Amino acid sequence: MMKENKIKYKSLGDRIFGAAVIILSIVVFLIILYPLWFIIIASISNSNLVNLGKVTFWPKDIRLYGYQQILEDSRIWLGYANTIFYVVAGTALNLAVTMPAAYALSRPDFKARGKIMFYFVFTMFFSGGLVPLYMTINALGLISSKTILVIIVAVNTYNLIIARTFIESSIPADLYEAAVLDGCSHFKYFIWVVLPLSKAVIAVEILYYAVFHWNDYFNALMFNSNKNNEPLQIVLRRILLLNEAFSSGSGGVQGGYAQSSADQVKYAVIIISTVPILCVYPFVQKYFEKGVMIGAVKG
Amino acid sequence: MAKRKEVKLPGRTGRFKKYITHTWQLWLMLLPAMIYILIFCYVPMYGVQLAFREYSFSSGITGGTFVGLKYFRQYFESAMFWPTLKNTFVIAATSIIVGFPAPIILAMVINQIHSKKWKRAVQTIVYIPYFISVVVLVSMMNIMLANNSGVISNFLKSIHLVGAGLNLLGSESAFVPVYVLSGVWQSMGWNSIIFLAALSSVDTQLYDACKIDGANRWQTMIHIDFPAILPTIIIMLILNMGNILNVGFDKVYLMQNSLNLGASQVISTYIYTVAIKKAQFSFGAAVGLFNTVINFFFLVVTNFISKKVSGTGLM
Repeated sequence: MMKENKIKYKSLGDRIFGAAVIILSIVVFLIILYPLWFIIIASISNSNLVNLGKVTFWPKDIRLYGYQQILEDSRIWLGYANTIFYVVAGTALNLAVTMPAAYALSRPDFKARGKIMFYFVFTMFFSGGLVPLYMTINALGLISSKTILVIIVAVNTYNLIIARTFIESSIPADLYEAAVLDGCSHFKYFIWVVLPLSKAVIAVEILYYAVFHWNDYFNALMFNSNKNNEPLQIVLRRILLLNEAFSSGSGGVQGGYAQSSADQVKYAVIIISTVPILCVYPFVQKYFEKGVMIGAVKG
Repeated sequence: MAKRKEVKLPGRTGRFKKYITHTWQLWLMLLPAMIYILIFCYVPMYGVQLAFREYSFSSGITGGTFVGLKYFRQYFESAMFWPTLKNTFVIAATSIIVGFPAPIILAMVINQIHSKKWKRAVQTIVYIPYFISVVVLVSMMNIMLANNSGVISNFLKSIHLVGAGLNLLGSESAFVPVYVLSGVWQSMGWNSIIFLAALSSVDTQLYDACKIDGANRWQTMIHIDFPAILPTIIIMLILNMGNILNVGFDKVYLMQNSLNLGASQVISTYIYTVAIKKAQFSFGAAVGLFNTVINFFFLVVTNFISKKVSGTGLM
């Protein structure tokens, strides 16, 4: 079988096709890579040269001024601390809510599951809208609290479906019957059998939820106005897009440095804020492709 | 043994008791998720009646006097109705037309790469932009597409793909292309995962049979690969159509500036401006409800058409 798969295509058409595939993939590769590469080299180059368009492929006149400035800025670190809290607490809550629910919905002998599934899926396509949601959170007294940014998305229906489909299709039904014969309850079966066998989909869930929390800026913009609770993304917006003065926490001090230095700080901020979440991926990658495949395709 | 006797209790109460002993644990496991959905999805849905009421701080969401369609009429008659609706549609339609096929084509190309190492490299790189936040993406665009100093805008101008006088960040005509193409750049790779997964489940015997029949690689791709992932494509398309007017608030809002506002004021940013910033809650709720209803309509229509045409659908 394997040998037959490796038979080389020899016709002219196939050669052109093969060349087209290689060229196309190289073009896509470069288009995706270049902006990322540019930010990296710009963050360590002299920003005057960057602004003149002289830094294109390799860093020039290397300096680490931007990174030094960030180390001294208290706003960034507060944002960092808040975001790490939201990511850890939020993702833990997400898993604690999503996985048991996914298990319950995966039981074929659970008769109500069709109706409950509809209860969840309906919210994917119909919502009250921003204003009623704001009023509800306001009525609960959670506006501008840290709590709301942890619990605002306790379970995501799409992620719930992925987890349910995975449990349903990859854990053999015989296991459950054997466990029941041994006197196992749903709780025990879930904790001792289902969770250890669901590592792949748990990795997928962690990745989706953690990236969501790390990058979430919408909910903080809408439901938080307390500066001490601001996540990193809101701080980034102040620095990167609103061009707020970049000076160690004392805010409002304008013109601390020339525009060119401020630019270099921007490139460095982009890197500092993106690298940590990027580091999550290699850890879960092993499980990821398997998990997504089983969870998503059949769902 | 004792359990067995309990089960045999006669009549309805017996059956109910059996049902409870068998399923209470499952209900308990569902409870947190269901309560969350109730509070953060269904309570706001109930609160949508605010759109038909006069909001007053003292009487809360459901206590204001009933004013019928007053706020809907106010939106339909306002000068912002057509611009916001048109902008939302244009952005959404372009995003789907350009952004939807891109990951499918990418997946099919990646699937055709023979070298395992190169395949891995391409996959790794195209997934990275997914991890970048909207704030960072928009600021990267601000840096690289800047009018005179941007690396990419200068490059595009030097090869005459973009007119020399065009400000990519601050003009109405450039807003939609920049928005859509940057979206493709960010999500194309990630969205291709699901199609790659579908492609990897194609039976290899089909390829062998195709080779024996003398098909070339292009024909194999069109006649084997494409039909194999068609059901996935249709499901993803329906899901996308159901969100057609949910143009991502985040990115549009961050890309907005006074120069491109004519093309960038969409329904969601408009709701934010009038409702949250100017505290016109009832009006904001009405505009939001209008948006949701249109979305729902698109979802149902696409689902209906695809069921008729291909037999694949969501519900």
